[in-house]
Amino acid sequence: MDPKVIPNTPKHASSSQIPPPPFSLFIPTNNLIAMAMAIKLPLILLFFSSSLIPTFSLFEDQVGLMDWHQRYIGKVKHAVFHTQKAGRKRVVVSTEENVIASLDLRRGEIFWRHVLGANDVVDKIDIALGKYVITLSSEGSILRAWNLPDGQMVWESFLSGSKSSKALLTVPANLKVDLDSPIIVYSGACIHAISSIDGEYLWKKDFASEGSVDVHQLILPGGSDVVHAVGVTDSSQFDTYEIHIKNGGLLKHTSASFPGGIYGEILPISGDRFVVLDASRSVLVLITIENGQIHLEQTHISDLIHGSSGNTVILPSKLSGIFSLRTDNGIVFIKVTDEGKLNVMEKVDKTVVISDALPLSEGEQAFALVQHGDGKIELSVRLVHDMSSNHLKETVKMDHERGFVHKIFINNYVRTDRSHGFRALIVMEDHSLLLLQQGEIVWTRDDGLASVIDVATSELPVEKIGVSVAKVEHSLFEWLKGHMLKLKGTLMLATPDEVAAIQKIRLQSSEKSRMTRDHNGFRRLLILLTRAGKLYALHTGDGRVVWSTLLQSLRTTSQQCAGIKLHQWQVPHHHALDNNPSVLVVGRCGLSLTSPSALSIVDAYTGKELQNMGPVQHSTVQVISLPFRDSSEQQLHLLIDADKRAHLYPTTPEAAHIFQRESENVYWYSVESEAGILRGYGVKKSHSSDTPSEYCFETRNLWSVVFPSESEKIIGTVTRKPNEVVHTQAKVIADEDVMYKYISKNMLFVATVSPKASGPIGSATPDESVLVVYLVDTVTGRILHRMTHLGSQGPVHAVLSENWVVYHYFNLRAHRYGMSIIEIYDQSRAENKDILKLIVGKHNLTTPVSSYSRPEVTTKSQSYFFTHSVKAISVTSTAKGITSKHLLIGTIGDQVLALDKRFVDPRRSLNPTQADKEEGLLPLTDALPIIPQSYVTHSFKVEGLRGIETVPAKLESTSLVFAYGVDLFHTRIAPSRTYDSLTEDFNYALLLLTILALVVAIFVTWVLSERKDLQDKWSWPQTQLWLQSSSEQRLLNICSTPVNMFVNQNR
Amino acid sequence: MAVSKPNSPTLLLLQLCVLSLFASSSVATAAGNGGGYTINGRVKIPGFGAKGFGLPVKANNAKVMLNGGQQVTFLNPDGYFSFHNVPAGTHLIEVDIIGYFFSPVRVDVSARNPGKVQAALTENRRGLNELVLEPFKEEQYFEIREPFNIMNIVKSPMGLMIGFMVVVVFLMPKLVENMDPEEIRKAQEEMRNQGVPSLASLMPGGGRSN
Repeated sequence: MDPKVIPNTPKHASSSQIPPPPFSLFIPTNNLIAMAMAIKLPLILLFFSSSLIPTFSLFEDQVGLMDWHQRYIGKVKHAVFHTQKAGRKRVVVSTEENVIASLDLRRGEIFWRHVLGANDVVDKIDIALGKYVITLSSEGSILRAWNLPDGQMVWESFLSGSKSSKALLTVPANLKVDLDSPIIVYSGACIHAISSIDGEYLWKKDFASEGSVDVHQLILPGGSDVVHAVGVTDSSQFDTYEIHIKNGGLLKHTSASFPGGIYGEILPISGDRFVVLDASRSVLVLITIENGQIHLEQTHISDLIHGSSGNTVILPSKLSGIFSLRTDNGIVFIKVTDEGKLNVMEKVDKTVVISDALPLSEGEQAFALVQHGDGKIELSVRLVHDMSSNHLKETVKMDHERGFVHKIFINNYVRTDRSHGFRALIVMEDHSLLLLQQGEIVWTRDDGLASVIDVATSELPVEKIGVSVAKVEHSLFEWLKGHMLKLKGTLMLATPDEVAAIQKIRLQSSEKSRMTRDHNGFRRLLILLTRAGKLYALHTGDGRVVWSTLLQSLRTTSQQCAGIKLHQWQVPHHHALDNNPSVLVVGRCGLSLTSPSALSIVDAYTGKELQNMGPVQHSTVQVISLPFRDSSEQQLHLLIDADKRAHLYPTTPEAAHIFQRESENVYWYSVESEAGILRGYGVKKSHSSDTPSEYCFETRNLWSVVFPSESEKIIGTVTRKPNEVVHTQAKVIADEDVMYKYISKNMLFVATVSPKASGPIGSATPDESVLVVYLVDTVTGRILHRMTHLGSQGPVHAVLSENWVVYHYFNLRAHRYGMSIIEIYDQSRAENKDILKLIVGKHNLTTPVSSYSRPEVTTKSQSYFFTHSVKAISVTSTAKGITSKHLLIGTIGDQVLALDKRFVDPRRSLNPTQADKEEGLLPLTDALPIIPQSYVTHSFKVEGLRGIETVPAKLESTSLVFAYGVDLFHTRIAPSRTYDSLTEDFNYALLLLTILALVVAIFVTWVLSERKDLQDKWSWPQTQLWLQSSSEQRLLNICSTPVNMFVNQNR
Repeated sequence: MAVSKPNSPTLLLLQLCVLSLFASSSVATAAGNGGGYTINGRVKIPGFGAKGFGLPVKANNAKVMLNGGQQVTFLNPDGYFSFHNVPAGTHLIEVDIIGYFFSPVRVDVSARNPGKVQAALTENRRGLNELVLEPFKEEQYFEIREPFNIMNIVKSPMGLMIGFMVVVVFLMPKLVENMDPEEIRKAQEEMRNQGVPSLASLMPGGGRSN
């Protein structure tokens, strides 16, 4: 099913080409009314045509009215300060979301930011020449320079290596060395030298030819022309190289063998001393280079620190003359004396975080230690040459919900009294970033929000009754004042100050950010689970963080726990109204699928953890929200573990009873992408004895669909949203025919490609790539529909809603992206449209709907081209499902495009008939139009877009949209315009004024007509007289005409 | 910003100059080691920069993507970009600059004769001699709010209401006045026969006048 190529069709339909939905006018026979209609018709037409353009569009001054956009960067990995020069002080950071950003040190705002590609991981960053930010990424193969003030990329260099290795970056200490000293990079087992001015490739030294040496450190002593490289060959020989900085010539190579093997990295202590651990992690090896000879000296750690066991690591803080060692008991600072002796200086707790050394003036070095206390952190700065005392000690209060300190970067400034002051940038456990200065937190950034995993929403509490009269009066007055201002604005009478005031009123309306439920359902809490294991609640009105909780259940064990899923746990409606709604967080402690899970239930209003089920015994691979609730309105959940056992939550007898009763009707499926198998499961009726508890159930495999592994590989599956509402099953088409939608909650869309085409675009030819899509019923395993796209491949992004599925894929033959739609209809109900049969009762409408039945289905499908790559597809959802739908397409440019579902309708045809046009079917085009005004994110980008969530508002016309990635964006859209409420822009003052004017007009005309009436009554005889005189006049006129003619002729 | 049309002679000349200047440097593919090739190209937005082919400020956040995000690269100040280590085959390049619409470009990297480029815009199947990408059109994300004019108020539903009332209140009596009284009477008689309330009778006092 290739999209048909249609010649001579417009490639980009603009909004003006879309005919508005037709409306028919009843033309009355009565003359007078017809005349009135003739006057009004153009007016009505005008009114209709202005309100029925089916695009989502905004005016520029409406930005921020119902949307908000927040920019984040993610968890900081590296930070480089730039504070030497006067002017804007900034810090350049790289993060785990592959973002490089320049932040304002005063307020923490982003000056500029770039999001690199997903597999372009930043290895190192630095600042060169005081004006370029240098980044090394993609395992050291791409070196880029960015202009520090504005973030424009200045140059890019590709460093090709012979094999993968670790990446090291050395930028010459700026301003002191002459300008042409190059940037030295070690990557791909080669040392590269690149000019820092223009990125020109200067020379390359390949170490692959020198045997398999692995370089650990690059040292660029200031003022010399030599680069020192220190490395290890086969983990049993130390090698040092001296390379000339100008031409890459090898000056000197020394080596010494060490049979014990090494563990970890070599750490430089000073210019000619290095330290490393041996393979057993119990011996410290001190390497000294003297007169071109390498001396090795071994010291047992147990001799230095008594009672230390394994797990010893050398911390990578480069302090001169000192190194730090972390053991199970704590962190130890060890000083290396000039004679090569190791002296233990101090022991600190192992939770202490140590910063890198910061060079101060006159060869001094300082570093910072952070210790976590109860509700506070202690920051101490020490000078390397004087370890005995703290140079600076500050205690800062710290929110419990931020967890431990993960990283610290320090920077100094010179105070007015010429002493050193320090500022510290710290990264917390919840990925937030804080700047500490003078014992205070200067600013914080909640950068954990850059890594949202899952989203849920919650209603806000109901407003308490009892509002004071004064408040109402005040708000009424404010309301009127606001509208008078607005009216002034529309009439262009407002001064610039007033215009600003209008904009402020519009943006900061207290209505939208209140903490109570509104009857339109626009105000909600967005509950976000982040990768750091923190739960945030954001208000949809203005995007502020209402509460945040670091989940204790994910922190209890030493293992790496991470949240995986977020589900509604309790949504009180009828019975448990005094309970707050709550959400269930399912996490996994460990990296493999079989690792134990952690569960916790969190109050959605306060963020308190109500129930913390630490690491539970079973693993979790799938979470199923059952459509049953217990008496306290807790949703029943099934957690499927790796052994295919089902665990029921909540673990109460009541829940177990409900589940036992309904267990026959519980079905689920699993997708094994690797093996290419779909399996359907049910719960075993009999309770076997070997299950660990009464809330654990054995399952049985009901069906499996096996895809042949040599020709098909599963690349994507999509189901319907479980809470989706469908308004009607019938669809009336043009010739008054009815089609019944096949609506089943158990429909699964599966896309497979031929194994050769499962790679990226360009790796397969059109002939060897086949995309096959299936619609599968997950209760019976029946394949409802199968379709093959020859010459197409993934990635496939799809959305399934009501009775249709739209999917996006790559068409290799046309070398363009394609989008297809499949609509599925129930044939077994097709005969029900005969009214006679309905009356007689010969219809099957009363037959119970069952998932076991095998109704006959028909499908309709159509394919189109789509210009952009796609990152995510979603669809709007409304409260009752009456409003037409828009597809929300997250494009490669990190924008969200709203595409009217009418564009993807399989009944579109090239030459629509009159009936089709009346129904609103658009003529077929080969490509889907991209109308810039229908980007819901308008001029914003949701960098690193990962997902789009839609939530129905209570107002039927409106749907809330939340897009997340590195950035967060929220707006609400009305796919068919807000037909059920007045727009934000509606001017009540103008309406009042009009009504007032009309009332005045009525009175004026009434008075006038009364007066005229009276006059008429008084002057009745005169009228007769006037009539007579006027007829005389007319006679006179007639007589005079020929006279005039005569005169004319005479002339 | 005025998008200059490609058929304007000066720009064509400029393009020719650019062509000859950068013909050597914008060769799209070059063999690298390890079987990978390099794709070099350039993004050009007409009407910007001192010489007419620079980049606007908002292109600061420009990105160029290969195969739907498999590789992402950025533009240097002159608009050049390159992808390294690209295997032979047919690839897709997309340019993302907010405010502009770029057609994706199909690029064939040939293993047999390295250095040869074959590029075509996928939107209109136009072949490119060299990899210089220009935006199809500018994208306007907002509706333009029309400046205040009296017609807007008149066209709004409330304006129409007022207008209609004004017509009825002030013009209808005038019309009635100018009519021949006999004709009025005739018309009124006719209307009474039809049983339709006349506009005059709707007005207070209008019905009482006869």
